[in-house]
Amino acid sequence: MDSNLMQAMLRDMLRARAFEEAAAQSYAQGQIAGFLHLYPGEEAVAVGALHAAEPGDYVVSTYREHVHALVRGISARSIMAELHGKKTGVSSGMGGSMHLFDRERRFLGGYAIVGETFPIALGAGYAVGYRKLPEAVICFFGDGAVNQGTFHETLNMAALWKLPILFICENNHYQIGTEIHRHSAIVDVYRRACAYGIPAEQEDGMDVLAVYAAAQRALHRVRSGDGPQFLELTTYRYRGHSMSDPGSYRPEAEVKAYEAADPIAAAIHEVSLKYPSQSELAAAGPDCIRQFFDRCCQDGHIDDAALQRLQSEVQSEIDDAVQFAIQSPQPTMEDAQAAFTQNRRFETLL
Amino acid sequence: MTDLLYWQALNRAMDIELAEDDSVFTLGEDVALYGGTYRVTEGLLAKYGEWRVRDTPISENTFTGLGVGAAMLGLRPVVEIMTINFALLAMDAIVNMAAKIPFMSGGQFPMPLTIRMPGGIARQLGAQHSQRLEVMFMNVPGLRIVVPSTPQDAYWQLRQAIRSDDPILVLEHELLYFQKGAVDETAIAPPLHQAQIRRAGRDLTCITYSRMSTVAQEAAAELASEGIEMEVIDLRSLSPIDWESCVQSVSRTHHCLIVEEDCRFAGTGAEFCATLQEFCFYQLDAPIQRVAALDLPTPFNGALEAATIPAKENVVQAARKLMGLNQGVSQ
Repeated sequence: MDSNLMQAMLRDMLRARAFEEAAAQSYAQGQIAGFLHLYPGEEAVAVGALHAAEPGDYVVSTYREHVHALVRGISARSIMAELHGKKTGVSSGMGGSMHLFDRERRFLGGYAIVGETFPIALGAGYAVGYRKLPEAVICFFGDGAVNQGTFHETLNMAALWKLPILFICENNHYQIGTEIHRHSAIVDVYRRACAYGIPAEQEDGMDVLAVYAAAQRALHRVRSGDGPQFLELTTYRYRGHSMSDPGSYRPEAEVKAYEAADPIAAAIHEVSLKYPSQSELAAAGPDCIRQFFDRCCQDGHIDDAALQRLQSEVQSEIDDAVQFAIQSPQPTMEDAQAAFTQNRRFETLL
Repeated sequence: MTDLLYWQALNRAMDIELAEDDSVFTLGEDVALYGGTYRVTEGLLAKYGEWRVRDTPISENTFTGLGVGAAMLGLRPVVEIMTINFALLAMDAIVNMAAKIPFMSGGQFPMPLTIRMPGGIARQLGAQHSQRLEVMFMNVPGLRIVVPSTPQDAYWQLRQAIRSDDPILVLEHELLYFQKGAVDETAIAPPLHQAQIRRAGRDLTCITYSRMSTVAQEAAAELASEGIEMEVIDLRSLSPIDWESCVQSVSRTHHCLIVEEDCRFAGTGAEFCATLQEFCFYQLDAPIQRVAALDLPTPFNGALEAATIPAKENVVQAARKLMGLNQGVSQ
């Protein structure tokens, strides 16, 4: 795999983690109010999927979308400022944490009503399909969203009209506090896509390379005119649903198990030059030893010193974003009115 | 100038907008092959093809949301919801999405979305198909609502709605589709939300909209024979409302009667009444009166159904009472 891409993905995963931890800190300090849904643990999904996307593609996301926005190229400053409700925010302080929009980067928003990303993506896909453009629409949603009517209605229409949409389920196994076995009759989410004849895959959402490869395959099919595709990426969020949720309904052993499979640690490890430890070799089994060894040798993209440099660069970027957000001005009521009437163009209502 | 039925005027408006701008498309249940339940999209599939005139599955929330997403990419969707009653299934797309996205994005995304819906009380369609839900949308900032009552307005207002970059609901009345009226395609349209005086009068102002505008005009003709001259203002728009035209009229007549097909409790008339007394309380010689529908699900039985909504006689009586009450007070 291309060295620049590997390093870029690693950088984005580190940025994502640092951004969310900084947001949590600002929230704890009272600088950010309202709802705040954080992404740590799920980085491999956004980073792998969006690195496989083209700049011309459209992205629709949920209320847990800071990282999607960040990886999509929206500056940490303007996202952080939006979380702080400031005028310099990507949505001018009118959206907040759950409603990041960026027209220029084709980021069609974060949606805070579960299941809304489906019809938005469907409409975007319809527009692209009608214009016969080579673009794809990437629609993110959680496992909790697949029991909304819009999920089924959208899959049906997307398949019926062969629209260019990649559906990506970030299956973190919880809809707020309800574990998937208690909310879904079918817990392998990808199987539901079969009902609409949509090709679907389940992949390890903790492995950024697996996500990247799966997203690339799926996007290639979307662009080839094969109609909608579906990826279920199994992952885990380390924190509760939002800052007001301690996540205490989850067994400690489960949280620990997923933390052990931290995708960032795994990614650092994969690109490190270090020879695997004896225990890792032992744990990996015979076939995997060979593969793992080959990858580490062949894909020696980074060393300890470079990693430390990268981490410190990322931290400076995020620290700067927080300072920028804190120092930015508050929007005024005139700004709110202006946002409200901005699209009237030539019209005078009365 | 040609005489057209209300549905034909809408059909003509759709046809012209589809022809003039390839970003316009329409979708909904049975709009394409069938031509629309009220024939509004008749003949358009053959002319413009399936990408621009699209039959949908019965999935109101999602195909309305499709319109929202497509509008974000610069298309100008005209979503037909077969009746306003089904719009209850699409409230999330209309209220949480269409009305919010332009604002929540800090103005980045215009929302050139038009949603057409037949509604009102027709003839014995039962309680689920005989509703007037306009107040539910009036309370949502970010939505604009027009209520054409003539073929000319249907033609103008649909075209204006499609050309606007705000989400606009076009509420069509089921009993108006087969009303005939003159349509001048060359005349310059008044502003989309401007009220029109349908009949001038010096004694009292009747504020109304949609099909009740025709009922009020019939009542005004009868009142004129008794020497009471009632001015009839057809609002044409429920959001925003042209208060200026209403205030000017009430300031001349000093009496105000509101006629709405909507249920009385927390209906459209409640808003008209509250705002108008703020604007012109000291111009009034008597309290503002409302003639409205009963607060009752619409009965299926024909006679009972008719009795739930205002008829010409109710308007005439209310006007007489309003004027008589005034005489009593001044004596």
